[in-house]
Amino acid sequence: MGVQPWERDLLAKKSMKLNPDYLDNFFDEHIYFSKEATSGGQGVGGGGCGCN
Amino acid sequence: MQLKKIKGQMSLAAGVLLQVSSPSSQAQGSEWDVDSAVLLYSEGDGRVSAFEPAIYAGRDLQYGDRIDLRLVIDALTGATPNGAYATSQAQTFTTPSGNGSYTTKAGDTPQDDTFHDTRVAIGADWTMELDRLSKLTLGANLSTEYDYTSLGISGTYARDFNNRNTTLTAGLALNNDLIKPVGGLPAELMPMVTQDSPLNRDGDSDTKVITDFLVGITQVVDRKTIIQINFSLGLTDGYQNDPYKILSVVDTNGDLASTGIFNTGTTGNLPYVYEKRPDSRQRNSLYFKTVHHFEEDVINFSYRYYWDDWDITSHTLDLKYRYQLAESYLQPHIRYYMQSAAEFHTHNLLLGTDVDTAGNVLLDYASNDYRLAESETLTLGLKYGIPMGENSELSMRAEMIRQTVTDDSNVPAAEATPDLDAVVLQVNYSFVW
Repeated sequence: MGVQPWERDLLAKKSMKLNPDYLDNFFDEHIYFSKEATSGGQGVGGGGCGCN
Repeated sequence: MQLKKIKGQMSLAAGVLLQVSSPSSQAQGSEWDVDSAVLLYSEGDGRVSAFEPAIYAGRDLQYGDRIDLRLVIDALTGATPNGAYATSQAQTFTTPSGNGSYTTKAGDTPQDDTFHDTRVAIGADWTMELDRLSKLTLGANLSTEYDYTSLGISGTYARDFNNRNTTLTAGLALNNDLIKPVGGLPAELMPMVTQDSPLNRDGDSDTKVITDFLVGITQVVDRKTIIQINFSLGLTDGYQNDPYKILSVVDTNGDLASTGIFNTGTTGNLPYVYEKRPDSRQRNSLYFKTVHHFEEDVINFSYRYYWDDWDITSHTLDLKYRYQLAESYLQPHIRYYMQSAAEFHTHNLLLGTDVDTAGNVLLDYASNDYRLAESETLTLGLKYGIPMGENSELSMRAEMIRQTVTDDSNVPAAEATPDLDAVVLQVNYSFVW
């Protein structure tokens, strides 16, 4: 399991980031936080709001 | 042996070149990565609409450090269900301020249409490279709206192992929120009163403290696959009611209570009481994500299992498939979510059983907030992105959301919570500055 440093060509692409679409994810977290009883899991921080 | 070594060096050089020339928006040196977006969110049936511009900017600093900043403005308007349910008669409710009222037609789900607010949220993260293999990210957030202020700090430590194929992460976040509802804090489980009557209030404001811990592992599986597993533990202490949510009180015939303490003509009390939730909540989640590259296309999948001491469990599945076209890409998205109900979620309160003749609610907690009901949410979306130059991209996405309350089996159809349908439209422009 794992790769050598010279095998990271694909892993280095933005699309291979765990969270490649930062603002999309930010918006989605906010929408579902305000409409569902459960949230979180991806990380900590990011701030709260009175939506829920 | 020598040939193998040369081959390895050439591969390394190629790998480095590919990283430099990849379409990643990682800024080089002192440039800013900027991502800007505008989101329109609109629910059907005259419910909530939101207009939400946002900007994110990040740049690399000296010695491997990095700073990330974000600003979001959120303008909300529309109506939201107040917790009472549809009846065969028109229903009149008092606005949160107490000096107004709104009437819901017979057969309609009551919604408070006085809802409008503007939220401004700012945040900053500073990532410090502690040594060659470890980083510490410190964050701060502030979100403010008319009746709510949230202030938070966070810290996340990440360390690479195993030739940088394994990363262990540990995070801690603290939030201190101030809730200051319009008209003051409703007295829990006390009746809503008619317009201009003395309000059942219990102070002007309250607070809650949210503490979140996270430990996670990220593993490079092979050249095309990466996985992540996180465990989160969250503790919330303090005021957790929705101050604008009420419950209907009904008599044994199923009609809205109208006698005794709920005789509106003599007491001024309406047949609705304000909700009450526990003031502590422990939340847990296990989160799994994988990203896999098919040489051109990329699949991004996550699953989260959540459970808490309010008896709520949920499952969330999220799948994005990035279909690479010649220059641009299409990205279909499907998300499915299901949750069980909070143990204190109830459709109504029954006079004589849940509420005594003096108007005392005999339950410890009660809420008919549809967000605490058993429900499922399905999201279908499509995103299209196209490069606009060497380091910029324009993208658009459209999503449809349908949320259905699924535990209405014992509820008359006319009183059931209607489905929520929402549309999301978003335009992004990212660039290096």
